[in-house]
Amino acid sequence: MVYKGGCFLAHLIARNCKISHGLTPIKHCRRYRETMKHKSPSSNHPLLASTRRGFFGQAGLSVGSMGLASLLADSCSADTAPRPVAKAKAVIYLFMAGGPSQLELFENKPKLTELSGQTPPESFMKDRRFAFLKGTETLLGPRQKFGRYGESGVELSALLPYHREIVDDVCFVKGMVTDVFNHGPAKLFMQTGSPQPGRPSMGSWVTYGIGSESANLPGFVVLQSGPRGPRGGSALWSSGFLPTNYQGVPFRGQGDPILNLKSPADYDRDAQREFTDTVSGLNQLRFDSVGDPEIQTRIAAYEMAYRMQMSAPDLMDLSDESDHVLKMYGVEPGKPSFANNAILARRLVERGVRFIQLYHTSWDQHGAAESLDGELPLRCKEVDQASAALVKDLKQRGLLDDVLVVWGGEFGRTPMGEERTPAGRDHHIDAYTMWLAGAGIKPGFTLGATDELGFGVTEGRVHVHDLQATILHQLGIDHRQLTFRSQGRDFRLTDVHGNVVKEILTG
Amino acid sequence: MGPVTVIHSMSVKRHILMTTLCWTAASMTGNAADDRIDFNRDVRPILSNHCFECHGPDAEQRQADLRLDQRSNAIAVHDDVAAIAPGNSSVSGMVERITSRDEDLVMPPPDSGERLSDQQVAVLRQWIDQGATYAKHWSFESISRPATPDVVPADWPKNDVDAFILARLNASGIEPSKEAERATLIRRVYLDLLGLLPSIQQVDAFTRDTQADAYERMVDDVLQSPHFGERWGRHWLDQARYADSHGYTNDNERSIWPYRDWVIEAFNRDLPFDQFTTEQLAGDLLDNPTLAQKVATGFHRNTLINSEGGTKADQFRDEQVKDRTDTTGLVWMGLTVGCAKCHSHKFDPVSQAEYYQLYAFFNSTVDRNSVTPTVQVPSATQTQQLDELSTLKASLSEQLDSDPDVEKRQKIWEKDIVVKAKSATADTDDGMSWQILPLSGKSTKDSTLSSLGDHSLLVTGTAADSEEYHSTARSPLTKIRSVRLEVLTDDSLPNKGPGRADSGNFVLSEFWFRTGDGRELRFARAGAEHSQAGYAVGKAIDGKGDTGWAINDAPEGSPNRNRIAWFVLPETLEVEEDHALTFKMQFNRKMFSIGRYRLSISSDEWVDRPGAAQLATLIAVEPDKRSAEQKAKLRKAFVQSDAELADLDRQLTETTKKFDSVKRSIPTTMILQELEKPRQAFRQIRGDFLRPGESLQPGVPGVLPGLPASDTQRDRLDLARWLLSKKHPLTARVRMNRIWMRLFGRGLVETENDFGTQGTLPSHPELLDWLAAEFMQQEWSTKAMLRLLMTSATYRQRSDTRTDLVNTDPQNRLLARQSRIRVEAEIIRDLALAVSGKLSPRIGGPGVYPPQPEGVYAFTQRKKNWKTSQDEDRFRRGMYTFFYRSAPYPMLTTFDVPKFNQVCTSRDRSNTPLQSLTLANSEALFELAEIFGQRIVEEGGASDLDRVHFAFRTGLARSPALAETARLQNYTQHVRKQFSNEEKVWTAVARVIMNLDEFVTRE
Repeated sequence: MVYKGGCFLAHLIARNCKISHGLTPIKHCRRYRETMKHKSPSSNHPLLASTRRGFFGQAGLSVGSMGLASLLADSCSADTAPRPVAKAKAVIYLFMAGGPSQLELFENKPKLTELSGQTPPESFMKDRRFAFLKGTETLLGPRQKFGRYGESGVELSALLPYHREIVDDVCFVKGMVTDVFNHGPAKLFMQTGSPQPGRPSMGSWVTYGIGSESANLPGFVVLQSGPRGPRGGSALWSSGFLPTNYQGVPFRGQGDPILNLKSPADYDRDAQREFTDTVSGLNQLRFDSVGDPEIQTRIAAYEMAYRMQMSAPDLMDLSDESDHVLKMYGVEPGKPSFANNAILARRLVERGVRFIQLYHTSWDQHGAAESLDGELPLRCKEVDQASAALVKDLKQRGLLDDVLVVWGGEFGRTPMGEERTPAGRDHHIDAYTMWLAGAGIKPGFTLGATDELGFGVTEGRVHVHDLQATILHQLGIDHRQLTFRSQGRDFRLTDVHGNVVKEILTG
Repeated sequence: MGPVTVIHSMSVKRHILMTTLCWTAASMTGNAADDRIDFNRDVRPILSNHCFECHGPDAEQRQADLRLDQRSNAIAVHDDVAAIAPGNSSVSGMVERITSRDEDLVMPPPDSGERLSDQQVAVLRQWIDQGATYAKHWSFESISRPATPDVVPADWPKNDVDAFILARLNASGIEPSKEAERATLIRRVYLDLLGLLPSIQQVDAFTRDTQADAYERMVDDVLQSPHFGERWGRHWLDQARYADSHGYTNDNERSIWPYRDWVIEAFNRDLPFDQFTTEQLAGDLLDNPTLAQKVATGFHRNTLINSEGGTKADQFRDEQVKDRTDTTGLVWMGLTVGCAKCHSHKFDPVSQAEYYQLYAFFNSTVDRNSVTPTVQVPSATQTQQLDELSTLKASLSEQLDSDPDVEKRQKIWEKDIVVKAKSATADTDDGMSWQILPLSGKSTKDSTLSSLGDHSLLVTGTAADSEEYHSTARSPLTKIRSVRLEVLTDDSLPNKGPGRADSGNFVLSEFWFRTGDGRELRFARAGAEHSQAGYAVGKAIDGKGDTGWAINDAPEGSPNRNRIAWFVLPETLEVEEDHALTFKMQFNRKMFSIGRYRLSISSDEWVDRPGAAQLATLIAVEPDKRSAEQKAKLRKAFVQSDAELADLDRQLTETTKKFDSVKRSIPTTMILQELEKPRQAFRQIRGDFLRPGESLQPGVPGVLPGLPASDTQRDRLDLARWLLSKKHPLTARVRMNRIWMRLFGRGLVETENDFGTQGTLPSHPELLDWLAAEFMQQEWSTKAMLRLLMTSATYRQRSDTRTDLVNTDPQNRLLARQSRIRVEAEIIRDLALAVSGKLSPRIGGPGVYPPQPEGVYAFTQRKKNWKTSQDEDRFRRGMYTFFYRSAPYPMLTTFDVPKFNQVCTSRDRSNTPLQSLTLANSEALFELAEIFGQRIVEEGGASDLDRVHFAFRTGLARSPALAETARLQNYTQHVRKQFSNEEKVWTAVARVIMNLDEFVTRE
């Protein structure tokens, strides 16, 4: 029943090679398989095993009359570019939902301060689109004081005091650009490569591509904090057209991380085991009789459910964390917070979870009730300490070499202020800042720069698809080759775009 | 997740390519041997996927003026070369470009990441060599009824459907599967038609029925069940994007369930699909529409409403109209017309102007991001109750009025009151417990509101022509029923106030409040110590800005004294402690605003019972100078204290209360209503409603049959009739395809939501056309078509996977077997309810609140008021579960119910560990397992074996195999070691049954 390790990857290879139309010796495929085997010690994990089964089912199905055999044969006559070496085992994506203002956090613009209150020069405004601006807005200088920190001398505003301690560990990307300027679509674009709902999220692509090392927890976990849920909702962690066991599983930050995780009263560990075995045994009998592969998926799902039940309490129980660590993050035990989620994220990667999305909401400072002066400092206070602590903590534990941390929003904010008081800024898609750390990303490095008013990127432009390509690259995946055929077309995270941002890689 | 049966329909919309199925299909029907290229089957998918984006219908994107979707343009000579030279591929520019090795020349361009395969190139060459004939896209061709093919064995088909299916199987040399077991068949029919399980008795009766037409009779019986409307109504409600809340961040509750009831009832009486459509799209425009026909227009009122502060109604009205346009396109035509909002459709012949012509049909309704217009929909019982209560009221009033001595006794009473009033000092005691609110306030204009020590607000600054005061406080109470407004004099005010007009008067135009979580509260009734004639306090809550409460003409003389008004909510409002409340006072008379006031709230319901002092001031007025209001007030107070009349009065009060409460309980539902004068529609540049292009009249895409000639502007009724014209190529096909999808797991056209050029071709085109033609011939009867499909041999086949077909037809496109389909979320709950025996058979009505886990609203903008139902409503069918768009009932979401922010034409069918956790552990389902467990003990016989059989057959209809029995008996013995209580033992077994794959699967 259980396909032996590597088949799943063979399938992946098969698909990859099929698209790249070329010739390569069979050896190459094997080498890749070996590497990946090394990376997936838990290849006998039942869910993965079932997934593999599923894939073979699908392989037969999704390509119509073409059989598995021909696919495999195809794979071995295919030419592929050398595969990237995996630097990252896991990704922690700290998503600052709403679009934090780069101009109050990372981008000190003296010229903008100087021209504050004036109409923006026409040359800067040409062909730019904004969500809410009426056209009469004037420039607004950064509303925070900046200083230079660390050996790298990175400029940071006073709102991020704890970030000063990690500037030499992270890489700032100041030339981020995106395509869409409304929250929902822009978040989807960042996570799925498309502004419309329905495509797989990055975490789904990754777990589909290279699986997970966790036998007891889902490979792709979502944590949320902040005043409310992120706009865009569950489409942000949807598996799209990929099989649904690659969808992100939202965990709550305290208590039972998942609804219905507790067995009914009277059902202890053994009783739940016996229940699961009985259900699976009967399902197996039905499978033997009717042969529907969906039954195998259900058996695997029950096994995974049981394992999640058994392992989650240990995951959530922070009593084994030292006071020093709790203090570093600023965790108040029992209170849901970004800090709490950040420490959970570390515990999740320690347990082999592959991809963690961590949303913190309400960075949408348009002004008035959501102002740069009132609300933004609150958001910063909520995430600054724990973001820095996560990087430091991973580093201290030697995990930062294997874990890629990404920090940023779906877009940035305009150099113009909105006509509201207190001040705020509109959505800006043409230049904003994110940072990355760990797993082969150059520490203490800044890529890119923007013009003197912060309207556009002057050097080191990184498009969302480039960032996605780079994240996959660090995980050992060529973004052009991780594809899935749906309704007759091969889809990928980066659509038909994306270039790995080599400049920020250590080598 | 076994990807095998996952149908990711929602992701299909945009990016569908021809799958390899068309090649498979070609080879299966033997067409591959015939090397005649079919444009629609073989060529269009290639061109559509790889060429049309730049060389297709969208003029803005078009490159080099070349269109490959039109033959005349494609064969024309551009720059000395024709892209397509019919009959000669070797001189065709297109062939040169698609085969070029030059990066600058090759098509599609390398940066598109696309490249044609050798096979695709060969097809295009062959097609050109054969003359490059184009054909209209298949789904735009009119529907004709194909002849039924001859097949072998000729006795396998039970009706025409089977002949079409078997013809394809014959051509591929595949045998159909055997008919399923009787128990499987009856469970299949019950699940497909009702979403419920047959009882053991029903299974036995069917199994033992030896007559030849046993199956047909069973299907007919099931079709008569009133639960049929629930199951098929729910499918339709998916397309109607039905939900019980407005959506967006506030997501307040709405009342539109009478529309849901209408849908259920329409399916039950088999309302023909043409009428069904017309009433929903344009019921309000029919001659003398019935209440039901108005309710039916709720279909397009299921759009979202944004009630967030600062929302621009026009922007969201535009969203709503677009949603109605897109939904109509998808539901009736299977077309993604919405793609033509910002630019002409890239693949289908729908121009941007044509999109806004469709939009124009929906652009003239009264609603503007608003709940209104609505209608009241009383039930028969309510109508009867109202009749009875008003008769009773009349009779009680008459009795009260007919007492001959009343005047005499009242005179005596009045004297007593005057005496009593002299001893009483103040008259502010209304017998209520009030919490004074420490307010902070601001005006929308220049007035300043400052708080005084007694928590009253004093207003200074310039009074405006019209202004609003917003006064905010945290609620010290969790239940609020009444609000007290004290208007107070102050030396700083003109004439000491309490108003700001020169006389000290004011006119409070409107008074209401809002909760911090966005609920807007309006009062049901109001009372005041004193109201000026023509300015009764009720006018401050009548929703009209030009009327209001004022206090001049006081019986005591001076208007300049403190006054009290009371306001009562229709029902108790529940809020969290310290929840913010913002009270809004609107003043629309120049300068006539309030100068100083104080607000209090109470959990109690205030009732109008004036005290002695207040009565005495009324009595002081000469009887013949008393106003009608004053007279009434005195009479009321007297009657309440009169030994002979008090009881009658109490009865009258109670009857009136009952009458009002019945009246209030009459549900309303949201409806469409046409404006008297249509709104002008425009093409919107880049889909932006603020950038109108040319103005447009309602119209339909040119590729489809035209509208009949008319002198007047077309409306929604014309649109509905056009969709249902027998000449329309899409409506019947799309509807039959979706019905097919419900019964076989996927449509004959797999992309049931895209019949355009990007969609997949039908696997059995002739069958689809035959069904569409038959549907119209059967006068659009859904039940007739269901009966036809479900009595076919194709439907009755076994669903077992066939090893001989794993490679040749893994997706079961040829229908050589039935499919196993995991039932939908609501049905999973229904099945659990059914086995427990607790399922409430009640049909229709407002949403219910089954138990749900805590923490569901942790991440919603606004916490929801989920009062878990304790009575029969706890056990209602899943489809009645109250549906909040921002936080749906979690079990539903886990099993793939979308949020209904948009139309849903088919759902995903996922299979995840979260589903396992829900089935195994959720409180709502375990509670049912416990009841099922009890039932097994009570009804399942005495022995373990009998009980295992009972449990198994109750859940799965069939009898267990030996190995299955053994496994369950082992489990029983195992749990008996843990539980001494037999009910717990059988609860454990019940739980296992309810967690089996087969339990949640239609086999």
